[in-house]
Amino acid sequence: MTLTWYLVLAAILFTIGAAGVLVRRNAIVVFMCVELMLNSVNLTLVTFARATGTLDGQVMAFFVMVVAAAEVVVGLAIIMSIYRTRRSASVDDANLLKY
Amino acid sequence: MAEAAPAEGLAAAAWLLIALPMAGAAVLLLAGRRADRWGHLLGCATVLAAFLLGVLITVDVAGLPERSAAVELFTFIATGSLDVRAGLLVDPLSLAFVLLITGVGSLIHVYSVGYMAHDPGRRRFFGYLNLFVAAMLLLVLGDSFVALYVGWEGVGLASYLLIAFWYRRPAAATAAKKAFIMNRVGDVGLALAIFVMFAQLGTTSFEGVFGSVEALAGGTLTALGLLLLLGACGKSGQFPLQSWLPDAMEGPTPVSALIHAATMVTAGVYLIARAAPIYDQTPTARAAVLAVGALTLMIGAIAGCAYDDIKKVLAWSTVSQIGYMFLAVGLGPVGYAAGLAHLLTHGFFKAGLFLGAGSVMHAMGDQVDMRRFGGLARKVPITFVTFGLGYLALIGFPFLSGYFTKDAIIEAALDRGDTWGLVLGGVAILGAGLTAFYMTRLMLLTFAGKARWTDDQHPHESPPVMTVPMILLAVGSVGAGFVLVSVAPLADWLEPVFGEPAEPEHVIAPALVAAVVTAVAAAGVVAAWLFVGRREVPLTAPARVSPVTRAARNALYADTVNESLFMRPGQWLTRALVWVDNRGVDGAVNGLAAAFGGSSSRLGRAQTGFVRTYALGMLGGAVVVAGALLAVTAG
Amino acid sequence: MTPLAGLTPLAAAADTSVRLGGGETVAFWVLGPVALAGALGMVFSRNAVHSALWLVLTMLSLGVFYVIQDAPFLGAVQVIVYTGAIMILFLFVLMLVGRDSSDSVVESLRGQRVAATVLGVGFAALVGAGIARATEGLGVVGLEEVQGQNGNIPAVAELLFTRYLLAFEVTSALLITAAVGAMVLAHVEREPGSRRTQKELSKARFLTERPSTLPGPGVYARANSVAAPALLPDGRPSVDSFATGIEPQPVEQMPRPTGRAQLGQPDASLGTLDPERVDGGPVDQAEDRR
Repeated sequence: MTLTWYLVLAAILFTIGAAGVLVRRNAIVVFMCVELMLNSVNLTLVTFARATGTLDGQVMAFFVMVVAAAEVVVGLAIIMSIYRTRRSASVDDANLLKY
Repeated sequence: MAEAAPAEGLAAAAWLLIALPMAGAAVLLLAGRRADRWGHLLGCATVLAAFLLGVLITVDVAGLPERSAAVELFTFIATGSLDVRAGLLVDPLSLAFVLLITGVGSLIHVYSVGYMAHDPGRRRFFGYLNLFVAAMLLLVLGDSFVALYVGWEGVGLASYLLIAFWYRRPAAATAAKKAFIMNRVGDVGLALAIFVMFAQLGTTSFEGVFGSVEALAGGTLTALGLLLLLGACGKSGQFPLQSWLPDAMEGPTPVSALIHAATMVTAGVYLIARAAPIYDQTPTARAAVLAVGALTLMIGAIAGCAYDDIKKVLAWSTVSQIGYMFLAVGLGPVGYAAGLAHLLTHGFFKAGLFLGAGSVMHAMGDQVDMRRFGGLARKVPITFVTFGLGYLALIGFPFLSGYFTKDAIIEAALDRGDTWGLVLGGVAILGAGLTAFYMTRLMLLTFAGKARWTDDQHPHESPPVMTVPMILLAVGSVGAGFVLVSVAPLADWLEPVFGEPAEPEHVIAPALVAAVVTAVAAAGVVAAWLFVGRREVPLTAPARVSPVTRAARNALYADTVNESLFMRPGQWLTRALVWVDNRGVDGAVNGLAAAFGGSSSRLGRAQTGFVRTYALGMLGGAVVVAGALLAVTAG
Repeated sequence: MTPLAGLTPLAAAADTSVRLGGGETVAFWVLGPVALAGALGMVFSRNAVHSALWLVLTMLSLGVFYVIQDAPFLGAVQVIVYTGAIMILFLFVLMLVGRDSSDSVVESLRGQRVAATVLGVGFAALVGAGIARATEGLGVVGLEEVQGQNGNIPAVAELLFTRYLLAFEVTSALLITAAVGAMVLAHVEREPGSRRTQKELSKARFLTERPSTLPGPGVYARANSVAAPALLPDGRPSVDSFATGIEPQPVEQMPRPTGRAQLGQPDASLGTLDPERVDGGPVDQAEDRR
């Protein structure tokens, strides 16, 4: 057991999140997938902080959480307002901006 | 060439000579209709004032030891090594022209008051005339080739405007364009000559160029001479650019008299005379001038025999007479004075002839076909007498102007003493005979014989405002030659410019030459009487004529040659270029644009609007980046 | 070569620091698969609420990982803020939007799933291999030295309020902005007086063809979802009751009761059908309880 396993786990979680963004259509679920990706990155930060013996990684992870919180708040509000006008939370329905 | 001292006294006001008519032109052209009532008077006043000033300056300068004065005005162009100063050179040559331009110009202005009395555009006409006088004075007074060029283009512009004065007539508009374009051909030569001067000598002032002309290589000098000759040919209607001048008769007759007979068309002679120091160094270019002069004087004389339009006959006569002048200045120092004397007397009698022709047209309701004239001598007596005096002067009737000046040219040609001298002299004598023939034909058709008018014509003599200038010009036609050769020899007056007149070594005795020339001219008169005067004149030109006559009627096919050599290939070239431009250049540009447009719209299909598609692209990019990083670090 | 090349001397110096303790190893191998399962469950559940719950599982596992890795503060924040606050926010929005707007099985974009799978596997393989290569023998320096005796939280706080003070303050501005932005986005501006009263609403409803409410799934339906259409007396689903944008689900019906005893408790009727009860289980007890 080495720290590498944490990192590999984070990579796999990140990939699952990315794939989820690609395949899910419900905007809220897509958001959850993004959150998963952010969390996996946080895991990497914490792991490297421990490996290098500096706290900066943890501080960075903290900031990531704060930004994620702000992002979720605004993103969900946007989803809400889109849902109010279009009666749909599917990201495929918002496809007017195209060729 | 004598060094000109800085001008003092009256000569320093030489710029007023140009400024007066220029101001007149500005007022007449800018004031608009409110100047209609007094515009013609202002036009006459400025030119008369310029004439009086010119006389005063002449008297003033004649008293100076070197008879020259330089007037520095301002720096015109100062860039790098090119430093063009605007200045005037007042010397005997330019003063001779100033007096001719302003003197004859004044008379023609006065004449125009009567001639254009009923034309609604009279103010505009006088504005253009004043503009012409100003430009012409700048041409002869400028002290550098650049200043000369400015005036040169100015007279070209004025000529264009005046030929197309009745611009609603298609013939006038076309003739103006023709004159303008053929003049451009010549102007290119002059411009190139100025470029060569600047490139080789670094200066364009007369003083600088002529001072260092000996430093130039022979080839450069010859090129300069030929380029200047091209410019002179264009402006003076000499071969091969002669065909615009007869067409220019579409303009009002005073214009023909002033610009296309007396002054502007002689600018080429002035240019070659002014550039004498260059031609003195290059026999090749001088021979070219001789050839052009001799050829043109024959072309003009032959074509003049065949035309029925009174103004065109006079125009061809002008072409021919300027050919004499070219011949004279091409002969070198012995001919300069003779050529310029002929220029001045020609200015008098040809202007008088044109004014007379204008008076005839005035009487005949703008009819120009001589076959419709006849028997006018009694109807317009003053015109007949003045016209007749001009006619006699032109054909070289003994002791009238032409007799002195034309004979001087022929003598100078024969005095070369070699075979070429004999040939040139022979051509000139033959030309004199032809001149006598076509001018006598013109006189007989117009003033003698039966009246062949159309029924609605009632010929009447012109008002005094027109006849008085004609009378004055007739007096000049009679006396000018004698004055310029014997009383106040032009050769002596021009001595500061061309040097001491060489004492001619006559190969053939002058008296003999004069007798021969007079005899040939008389033969021409008799021939004209036999061909024209004795017979009934048909109202339309006979269709069945000899090839020579047909060629002469077509001005020796100059227009045909121009059209087939230059116009048609030019049109083909233009069409080919248009095709290349439309299909090739435009096709490439449009095709490129279409290719970009098509590929863009096809690439644009990638913008599906689905966020997940874009995210797929991002993940693909991330995979590629990760793979590349791994490949690099592993490698 | 690798960005972490500087770390290898440390690893070489103390091989013991590369290997982690036994307890941690156990915890990792237990919680790692749990986190993975949560992530996969989130992606594959068709119901968004289930996705959220699966994600909570992953996040809790990660929180434990933080605590294990000398980051108790982050672990706590993860549990409280993320799993608690943010996921609750997600669920709120889900409920507002309608939890039944689940994705349909058919993928509308051609090749999206295949491409996502291929790219995902490729990405995971590449990044995993890269990390494994780069961090082979990655040692553990540990945080004892930088934390000192006060422990993790004061150390993080010290760092936050000294070196990262500016970023911290900017973060507060970010949060305020986000809060205001959310308010602006979620707020619906109504004209004063444009809100219709109960009276007006009912008048308007009676002017339509259908004054009554839309038919519900039925008394015996086993789901009260809008996806479950109403049944007409002959057993066919009523077209009127189909919700827009949702595929109508077959309605699961409870067997019709033959007598009162069979009904059992009202609460139980919403749950699963208990065969014992139908077969006449301890009805009496139910009776007693009432």
